[in-house]
Amino acid sequence: MATVSQDIFKPTKFGGKYTVTLIPGDGIGVEVTESVKTIFKHENVPVEWDQIDVTGVVTGKQHLEDLFQQAVLSLKRNKVGLKGILYTPVEMSGHQSFNVALRQELDIYASVVLIKNIPGYETRHANVDMCLIRENTEGEYSGLEHQSVPGVVESLKIVTRMKSERICRFAFSFAKANGRQKVTCIHKANIMKLGDGLFRLTFHEVAKDYPGLIVEDLIVDNASMQAVSNPQQFDVLVMPNLYGSILSNIGAALVGGPGIIPGCNMGREYAVFEPGCRHVGLDIKGTNQANPTALVLSSTMMLRHLGLDESATRISQAVYAVIADGKVRTKDMGGNATTTDFTNAILQKMELV
Amino acid sequence: QFNGQKKANGKYTVTFIEGDGIGPEVSKSVKQIFAAADAPIDWEPVDVTPIASDGPTAIPDEAIQSVRRNLVALKGPLATPVGEGHVSLNLTLRRTFNLFANVRPCRSLQGYKTPYDNVDTVLIRENTEGEYSGIEHIVVDGVVQCIKLITREASERVLRFAFQYAQSIRKPRVRVVHKATIMKMSDGLFLTTAQNVAKEFPDIEFDSELLDNACLKMVTDPTPYNDIVMVMPNLYGDILSDMCAGLIGGLGLTPSGNIGDECSIFEAVHGSAPDIAGKNLANPTALLLSSVMMLQHMGLNSHAERIHRAILQTIAEGKTLTGDLRGNAKTDEYTNAIIEKL
Ligand SMILES: Nc1ncnc2c1ncn2[C@@H]1O[C@H](COP(=O)(O)OP(=O)(O)OP(=O)(O)O)[C@@H](O)[C@H]1O
Ligand SMILES: Nc1ncnc2c1ncn2[C@@H]1O[C@H](COP(=O)(O)OP(=O)(O)OP(=O)(O)O)[C@@H](O)[C@H]1O
Ligand SMILES: [Mg+2]
Ligand SMILES: [Mg+2]
Repeated sequence: MATVSQDIFKPTKFGGKYTVTLIPGDGIGVEVTESVKTIFKHENVPVEWDQIDVTGVVTGKQHLEDLFQQAVLSLKRNKVGLKGILYTPVEMSGHQSFNVALRQELDIYASVVLIKNIPGYETRHANVDMCLIRENTEGEYSGLEHQSVPGVVESLKIVTRMKSERICRFAFSFAKANGRQKVTCIHKANIMKLGDGLFRLTFHEVAKDYPGLIVEDLIVDNASMQAVSNPQQFDVLVMPNLYGSILSNIGAALVGGPGIIPGCNMGREYAVFEPGCRHVGLDIKGTNQANPTALVLSSTMMLRHLGLDESATRISQAVYAVIADGKVRTKDMGGNATTTDFTNAILQKMELV
Repeated sequence: QFNGQKKANGKYTVTFIEGDGIGPEVSKSVKQIFAAADAPIDWEPVDVTPIASDGPTAIPDEAIQSVRRNLVALKGPLATPVGEGHVSLNLTLRRTFNLFANVRPCRSLQGYKTPYDNVDTVLIRENTEGEYSGIEHIVVDGVVQCIKLITREASERVLRFAFQYAQSIRKPRVRVVHKATIMKMSDGLFLTTAQNVAKEFPDIEFDSELLDNACLKMVTDPTPYNDIVMVMPNLYGDILSDMCAGLIGGLGLTPSGNIGDECSIFEAVHGSAPDIAGKNLANPTALLLSSVMMLQHMGLNSHAERIHRAILQTIAEGKTLTGDLRGNAKTDEYTNAIIEKL
């Protein structure tokens, strides 16, 4: 993935090493970050981890907020991070999503999710290759809600021209930088005429600055239907926050699940790399069966971002080679290998590629 | 819950809104098939072209009276101009008659292969509020607030209906799809209301699932959803039901029912398809299946059954299919094939 030129920033580098904030997260986070750490060590990647064990799971003992603030400070210092997913309680009394708070706090406004079939791993759909660019900091995730009278709740969705414009610009620059052909805007402007209408109009305004790309827009329900029946038509997609959540999950399911989808969140100053399809995986936590591919590929996106392309290529090729071989696969891909087996297979491949 | 009365001739009168675009073509198909099947229905066609008024979008009084009198209507697609000032007519109808629940079943059709087999989902969508409240405003230039409105009253009504519907079609489980991790208060209210309503239905299992997970799991493998009635706020229902339609082969195939306390309106999920309108190319299956749902709702089960079987057989044979199903039959050829089966 090429870095978008407008969003260049300088990560911290001391004595030839980068310091990167590492947030393993909840659920399967510890296991999959362990995999990345092992691989990086094996490759001798010049990255020093600054690990912060934030959690969203309330146990009564820890000071969740303090840890969260520590993570924010570390990221502000290092400018680059690798992160698993933090759990968010559903209960109304529970805390706000730390995942969302982190994105808002650092203003890492663009979520990039790469959805592509992995050669050698067959799913119901072939030749899918799309890239979702999702607005990360406003929309339905504003967190502004109130109860006017008992039993009547209003949640605000905020759409601003400024944030719509920068995410659309990001999408078009991304498309250009990566040799993509088409950018599709996903919206619901027939119902939310002002809000999504603003997003859609801004998209078409910005499009004028990027001639040479095919420009389309599509209503989100139609897009979801098309995504499961004819996903090959999509290239780069740009959308407000909630639709991103929906389409990244549909997309993940098309090509093999959340265990293989990499992603990152970018802003002007900071970049945080995390699985593109954001699941905690509490159900398989600690069982050594998580697929680390999503986080490993996210980490190779990070390496490219740091200019460490050679290591990135060696690692990602090794991952693809293991999957293509088909002998060592985790449970979500129909195999019975453990996370550790899979990581070891990657290490072996790295010797060869 | 249908309280309509038979007329002296033994038939029921049903309001028919043929709609725009491909509406008249698919409506014609329904009328011909109903006639051939001797369904005890007299159609009362009405026009719902909005009347010019200064206030919000309004539909003609005759149309309103007709639906109120007959308590049931069948409706083709109505085009909504994008970005124009006026509210979607579909929405106006739902509001006018307080059609609080939208039922959208989705079942694989034998004879039309997609990457997904044996899909048999039922989704119920809250139809009156949520993100469709229509309350939006510009705070300052370039900053818009859209309000998603969730009330306990509307939630309770659609949730209770979901449980009753699950009982009526013998599905053992109701599942709420929500995003209460992010919208803690609004979706949270929907979810807690569901937990309370669930207590009234001890014979139905109840659980909930995050919207993200539902998308992921359904597209990975929809079959575990076959014994579930899903119920959710407006926008999620809109998106997920279209997604389900995608699993089985598109919008030409999926019916829906808008249920209210008094009246109900059955309609295809698809739009007016201006690209193929007037060309005898449209697939009438969605409206036909909606009319089957309507007959079931009216308690005319044997007629429903008969028409339904003829449709399924025609598709299963695969000889006479419309273009959207990779066939080359015209709308009327497909219609005639169904009539032969009857
Ligand atoms: N890296 C991964 N490898 C394998 N499976 C994964 C991975 N990440 C997520 N999953 C699976 O995807 C599914 C969705 O994950 P998610 O984290 O949303 O579930 P959960 O949080 O444990 O459960 P719930 O959301 O119902 O509380 C789970 O079945 C999980 O095991
Ligand atoms: N019954 C049908 N038979 C065949 N194709 C259909 C049918 N309904 C929809 N389509 C196709 O599906 C696509 C989407 O159509 P749909 O009418 O739902 O959306 P639309 O064009 O936005 O119309 P509207 O503005 O009325 O919603 C079109 O390409 C159309 O040709
Ligand atoms: Mg729709
Ligand atoms: Mg439409």
